[in-house]
Amino acid sequence: MKSQRVSPALKVVALIAAIFVALPLLSIVVRVPWSDLGNMLSQKSTRDALWISLQTSIIAAVISCLFGVPLAWLLARSASRGLSALRVVCITPMVLPPVVGGIALLTAFGRQGIVGQYLYDWFNISLPFTRTAVVMAQVFVAMPFLVLAVEAAFRQSDRGLEDAARTMGASPSRVFFTIAIPAARPAIVAGIALAWARSLGEFGASITFAGSFPGRTQTLPMAVYELVSVDYRLSLVLSLVLIFISVAVLAAMRDRWMAGR
Amino acid sequence: MSISLNGFVGRGDFERSLDFTIADGDVLAITGPNGSGKSTVVHTIAGLIPLRSGSLESDGAMWDAPDSQQWVAPENRTCAVVFQDLRLFPHMNVISNVAYGLRARGVNKDEAIERSKKMLTRVGLSSFDKRLPNDLSGGERQRVALARALVLEPRVLLLDEPLSAVDSASRAALRELLPEVLGSFAGATILVTHDLGDVEAMATANLSLN
Repeated sequence: MKSQRVSPALKVVALIAAIFVALPLLSIVVRVPWSDLGNMLSQKSTRDALWISLQTSIIAAVISCLFGVPLAWLLARSASRGLSALRVVCITPMVLPPVVGGIALLTAFGRQGIVGQYLYDWFNISLPFTRTAVVMAQVFVAMPFLVLAVEAAFRQSDRGLEDAARTMGASPSRVFFTIAIPAARPAIVAGIALAWARSLGEFGASITFAGSFPGRTQTLPMAVYELVSVDYRLSLVLSLVLIFISVAVLAAMRDRWMAGR
Repeated sequence: MSISLNGFVGRGDFERSLDFTIADGDVLAITGPNGSGKSTVVHTIAGLIPLRSGSLESDGAMWDAPDSQQWVAPENRTCAVVFQDLRLFPHMNVISNVAYGLRARGVNKDEAIERSKKMLTRVGLSSFDKRLPNDLSGGERQRVALARALVLEPRVLLLDEPLSAVDSASRAALRELLPEVLGSFAGATILVTHDLGDVEAMATANLSLN
């Protein structure tokens, strides 16, 4: 495609914007102690944080998919009243300060929480400051990203195919699994990737609801935060790992995000 | 065994009154210009559009009667549709498209495949099992849609402009195939068309929506 002319003044402004975003990321790459990289990555605290991050974020992405896809379907297809309000509630965590999300989770599922008190009294289950709490915080902030992406795909999918399936005897749930889901598969894959990346980077809600206990609930972002003042070089290495994963997710999804280029 | 519709069908601002009964073996052609509601009748009988008022009855069972709030969902009606735009499932191969309805109605996989293969052979597509709909010609897609409907052995077969989306060569071949297929079909057929040649070739009665 022939590039359109862009005025030199606009080019300068655009360049400043690009440098503003790229420079801090490149600074980490430049300052990382490359010679010690292997050694630092193999430290137990690093491996623990990486393992907890990978484990919790993958579980959170799977849970987000299992529950988020049906929710997206409901939002896209149900004609019930109050659906707009439900949509607003469901995507609020996307714009909520994560720490407020953490407080909300504590208020609901903490030992004195609206639900948590019964979980503790009746079943002796205490969720806060456990690895389960890390996963819950990640699902809370990440699932809305998947729901929005998949709902848009369901809305755009061909309802005629769903109607055809119903006239052939397919129940609504069979239509969902055999027609709607395959049609929305690219969006579901993108939604899972988004939810996973968001879970991996989750910090505010997790540290509030799950705390930062090394080897138990401390994820990579929490480790980076705590290491900044203690071992700056190691915090750079962990940051590099997170940047690498983020760029990998972006690269894997470039076709979707760069559509129209 | 018969199907009868007496009442108002409609979609959006469009509404029209209808009153007809067809029995097994009948082929009722519904003709009329674009916008006269031909496809709306098919969608109403299939359960994709609710009747505005009146009743739709099949073999004594009420499928749709808004006044008495009776309604049978599309998946529970013993009819099969060949849609004007075919609506083949693009992610499934030919055999899966044809077997889909049988599987949805509880037929086990082996039997569904067996019956689907027989039906594909009957419509002249015996070696197309693994092909995807997008790899087929217009005429071949039309035959898959026909096989997909017939394999269900419906009481009512709804054909919505079955020859409209094909080129003239395929059209001639389908013109030969359709009367043959309909001749051995035990149930009632509704054939929506704007072509009087189709009416002459296949229909036993004609309902004009002018």
